[in-house]
Amino acid sequence: MYGKGIIKGLGVTLKHFLDTYVDDIRVGKKRYTEEGVAYRSSKDVRGLFTVQYPEEKLPTPEEFRFIPFLVYDEGEDGEKNIRCTSCGICSKVCPPQCIWIVRSEDPETGRPIPEPSDFFIDVDVCMNCGMCAEFCPFDAIVMGHDYELAVYDRLANNIYDKDKLLKPAAYYQAIRPVNYRIQAEARAEKEAKKATAQSKKEA
Amino acid sequence: MTETTLAIANDIEARFPQCVTPDERGGYEGYLIEAGKLVEFATALRDEFGYDFLSSVTGVDYLPDEKMEVVYHTYRSTGGGAFVFKVQTPRQTPSVPSLCGIFPGAEFQEREAWDLLGIHFQGHPDLRRILMWEGFEGHPLRKDWKEAYYESDAKPFDSRWPVGEIYRAEDENPFKGNVVYPQGFDPDKWTPEGETALYAGMHEVETDEAMHTDQIVVNLGPQHPSTHGVFRMVATLDGETIVKLRPVMGYLHRNHEKIGERNTYLMNIPFTDRLDYLSSMTANWGYVQAVEKLLGPKTAAPERAEYIRVIMAEFTRISNHLMAIGALLNDLGAYFTPMLYALKERELILDIFEATAGSRMMCNYYRFGGLARDLPAGVYEKMRDLAFERLPRQIDELDRYLTENEVVIARCEGVGVLTPEEAIAYSAVGPVLRASGVPYDVRRADPYGIYERFDFDVAVRYHGDVYDRYLVRLDEIRQSIRILQQALDDLPEGEIMAGKPKYSMRVPAGEAYGRVEAPKGELGFYVVSDGSANPWRYHVRAPSFINLTALSKMCEGDKVADAVIILGSIDIVLGETDR
Ligand code: SF4
Ligand code: SF4
Repeated sequence: MYGKGIIKGLGVTLKHFLDTYVDDIRVGKKRYTEEGVAYRSSKDVRGLFTVQYPEEKLPTPEEFRFIPFLVYDEGEDGEKNIRCTSCGICSKVCPPQCIWIVRSEDPETGRPIPEPSDFFIDVDVCMNCGMCAEFCPFDAIVMGHDYELAVYDRLANNIYDKDKLLKPAAYYQAIRPVNYRIQAEARAEKEAKKATAQSKKEA
Repeated sequence: MTETTLAIANDIEARFPQCVTPDERGGYEGYLIEAGKLVEFATALRDEFGYDFLSSVTGVDYLPDEKMEVVYHTYRSTGGGAFVFKVQTPRQTPSVPSLCGIFPGAEFQEREAWDLLGIHFQGHPDLRRILMWEGFEGHPLRKDWKEAYYESDAKPFDSRWPVGEIYRAEDENPFKGNVVYPQGFDPDKWTPEGETALYAGMHEVETDEAMHTDQIVVNLGPQHPSTHGVFRMVATLDGETIVKLRPVMGYLHRNHEKIGERNTYLMNIPFTDRLDYLSSMTANWGYVQAVEKLLGPKTAAPERAEYIRVIMAEFTRISNHLMAIGALLNDLGAYFTPMLYALKERELILDIFEATAGSRMMCNYYRFGGLARDLPAGVYEKMRDLAFERLPRQIDELDRYLTENEVVIARCEGVGVLTPEEAIAYSAVGPVLRASGVPYDVRRADPYGIYERFDFDVAVRYHGDVYDRYLVRLDEIRQSIRILQQALDDLPEGEIMAGKPKYSMRVPAGEAYGRVEAPKGELGFYVVSDGSANPWRYHVRAPSFINLTALSKMCEGDKVADAVIILGSIDIVLGETDR
């Protein structure tokens, strides 16, 4: 029969339409909670997928990467111990070359000291590739999760300096718990090795 | 070189004793052909030795040797390894005979080499610029060409560290305050030469109808919703019938290859994401494969990484084909319902990419010798859910929804036909080639990675029309699901990286051509290393670009409304076409 194909196809759209309501009734109010949003991008959902951004937001997975930030550890009396040692590796691997690092020197001896005196990322140019974080040997630069960065004037706002880039290690731990744990363990192991080597040497 | 290619090489040397010499530079392969004998040689290669498929043509500027080189990669459409040959020409007056007469698929690629490197092809039917704009001066891929704001030959730039002098690159550009026109120049009255040549070529079609009717030239695009981006087709119409059609592209050109030649090897990986932005995983793979060939066997990826590479590539293929089908239906006028059903499934695949690679589309996931990171907890289960449950079910639904639809059939059947001979001659690849009855799939014809281990069929259809291209994509999704199910079942535990991840490495001098079966067809990367930290030459053989060579052929004789769906059935992404 001519037209059978079309009718069959329309059946599919009708099913989609109804499935949304069936899903809605089945899941109930929960549909609009965080859990419900997560369910809406699972294999089981049949009907509508749409998430009402910005009222609802999809959960960001741990590995999600956006603009990188610099990590500092909080000292006992609140001082910021910046992890970065200005080694320059991130600025060398950065594909669009959007990281600028100003190394600082000891005013007396003139020797370079680890903490950078300034650190810039041009976030208009940053391609969010994650290379900087991947190759930083000191776990000092990490890819952030904040993707709502629109500004009215990009010229005034979009070159991030050190102050704007710095975030506490606790924040890092909160958004990337697994990575944080792995890196902390690796560092601890290294320290322990160093300590034993040191004590051996002394002995 | 395998044994068969070795035997063939001996035959060829015997057949052309004087003008064919093996390329003996370290790390290079193939043969050097004398320019005068090129056409004769290529004809013999195609007709006597069976190398009927010209995959890639590109140029290399060997500035220190004062030479230009044109590199050809040919294959047999029945499968097997490459036969590579090259022609050298003096750098001051680079000129080689065109191979368009033997391999029509060379047309756009030769135009590209002319445009970007200034190599002249004698006897080319339409040697105009193709990617740069018509008024452009110079040939940007030449090694001595420098862009308007130029910092240095190679990255990383010295100004970034240890004394980072922050500035915006746009502020350094001399054209910042927009362009200053030369005196007496009126942009409104100026038509670039290339444009005049293009229109001049459009008016000459004779028809043998008794009644004389005027033909008109119509521009479809560059701003046109159905063109999948900024893309233009100039068509000569006789009534509603297309008698001639020329694609015009390059609106999104950013000279990906020049950028790539200043990048270090590692930096190029995220840039390959931006070629075909719907399937970045396979683009990563093609590039990584080419560089791994240069690096040698010690960088072979571990087992687990090989499996994950296959899994990611097949998920990419499914998501790409879903988009292709959805977009084709959009072009047909079934506005956005099928597209959204396709997007829905793609969304779940992108969730997996996001959780693993960190980004939905710009995956940047493959590395030389492995992968950036292992699968995080929970992702494997999600993959299984999709591959075993959801996708098979949803693909069947899509099939039920569209395949037998009478309107789809009426619009697509017998439209945009490409015969198998034409498809091979025009260097068509991927679903376009396979819908024309040529069962050529790089995963089978010249296997890479671990594809030999999987049980799957090469999808093929025989009518070569738009409808068959749709069906081939549907078949391929089903085959990809088969591969996924096997790969997920067999996925071993273990490392995902050969050795430690390194940010700078020494790449031995030489050349390599890596090719993968990307969703849109054969995607090749030709990389030449001079032993330094940056590639000397970095060329992308883009399926979206080369498949367009056959567009005119497919459109001629069809109605103007069909041009849109024919283009949709090729499935191009302008990021890759224009590079
Ligand atoms: S790689 Fe890490 S430690 Fe080195 S400069 Fe960059 S952020 Fe600082
Ligand atoms: S994410 Fe990539 S582009 Fe952005 S700063 Fe890091 S390395 Fe550079």
